[in-house]
Amino acid sequence: MTLAKRIIPCLDVDNGRVVKGVQFVDIRDAGDPVEIAKKYDQQGADELTFLDITATAHDRDTIIHVVESVASQVFIPLTVGGGIRSVDNVRTLLNAGADKVAINSAAIFNPGFVQEASDKFGAQCIVVAIDAKKVSAPGDPDKWEIFTHGGRKPTGIDALEWARKMAELGAGELLVTSMDQDGTKSGFDLALTRAIADAVPIPVIASGGVGNLDHLCAGVTEGHAEAVLAASIFHFGEYTIEQAKNRMQKQGIEVRL
Amino acid sequence: MKEVETGVNHKTVCVVDYGMGNLNSVAKAAQTVAPSQTRIEITHDPARIDQADAVIFPGQGAARACMQALTEAGLHQAILKASNEKPFLGICMGLQVLMGHSEENAGVDCLNRLPGNTHRFDLTPYPGLKLPHMGWNRIHQTLEHPLWHGIEQDAWFYFVHSYYVRPEAADTIAGQTTHGQTFCSAIAQDNIFAIQAHPEKSADSGLHLLKNFMHWSGT
Repeated sequence: MTLAKRIIPCLDVDNGRVVKGVQFVDIRDAGDPVEIAKKYDQQGADELTFLDITATAHDRDTIIHVVESVASQVFIPLTVGGGIRSVDNVRTLLNAGADKVAINSAAIFNPGFVQEASDKFGAQCIVVAIDAKKVSAPGDPDKWEIFTHGGRKPTGIDALEWARKMAELGAGELLVTSMDQDGTKSGFDLALTRAIADAVPIPVIASGGVGNLDHLCAGVTEGHAEAVLAASIFHFGEYTIEQAKNRMQKQGIEVRL
Repeated sequence: MKEVETGVNHKTVCVVDYGMGNLNSVAKAAQTVAPSQTRIEITHDPARIDQADAVIFPGQGAARACMQALTEAGLHQAILKASNEKPFLGICMGLQVLMGHSEENAGVDCLNRLPGNTHRFDLTPYPGLKLPHMGWNRIHQTLEHPLWHGIEQDAWFYFVHSYYVRPEAADTIAGQTTHGQTFCSAIAQDNIFAIQAHPEKSADSGLHLLKNFMHWSGT
């Protein structure tokens, strides 16, 4: 008996609606966060992550209603990320029913925010999202750097040092996305995932690049991740969560089935 | 979902609000499984807690902050009284602060309702294991109890914590879970049932436990 490795589908939300085409044959409204959340819950998702990509600050309040309606019908942990900049943002989301918030760029501009939020609400609900790109030349020792703005802006911050610092400041979990792999469907950056997972005492979620079920398994077995996050392979009905878990179990990984 | 056939239907179940953690999730999950005549009420009013038929005592965050919030809310006595009188469900930190003392925050005296203390996981012998103990793990039921009714042995529950309880009375251990070491993940003593996991986030097994609580007479 041991802690199960988690599978987390990630949904992009724009102005209260799930975008980037979620396609299930048996749901009425593919943009409705509640319907999609229920569907993933039925399939056995261990958690759900909503990423708010709403562009304007004014419309951002809609994510609160999304969280409220999902949390009143789906009883698994919910993480919300995107545009979280203040302790007030965190409080509002937690009160609405989020269990964790994922802090990304705000941590870079003000690392003290991570500490403040963790002190106030507990490490268990503070996820720090780390977007990293490999910057070492081929043949040199691996080196990754933190990027912002969807991987466009370098920060000069070393990813491993940053991960350690975030854990020290009170992050309860790290969501590590490879900006090199994201969207490629060719698998996680396993070296990056493993380097960070082995460097910090807190759980790491692997993200970016999943194209098939073996990629998910590798995230755990080779990347040493506690959880794996994926979007498109589940959204387009290529695979169900249950299939993913069956594959993981076959490879000797403990999963909740 | 099968339920406990006690004929008990609580009229009012209070979820204690002392400013720690997300009570809405607990209240919503409880409401989902409650009989239609049962009202789930989130309250910080000691009088309401006193009048309730059953009490849910959730909690999140750190032990010191929890104890401080309880004191500031003036709920110390109301909680102790309810935990002596009526069906009482402690969840997560709501289990830990029932103990005598917690190692968290350099040591915190707690409610001392249940004999025993709260300790930090020592994962030194288990390299690769992480803290917090976060995610889905199994609870091995070590007692027969109405709140386990209909929940399969070794069912999955959702956990988030870095400390665990060690009750003095081994016969009150209702469930055990393993994260490196095996620890007590549920305590049952008289009208108290307290669980380290979050039933409100544990999908079917958690909802089932909450449903059982709605019909539990406390004996």
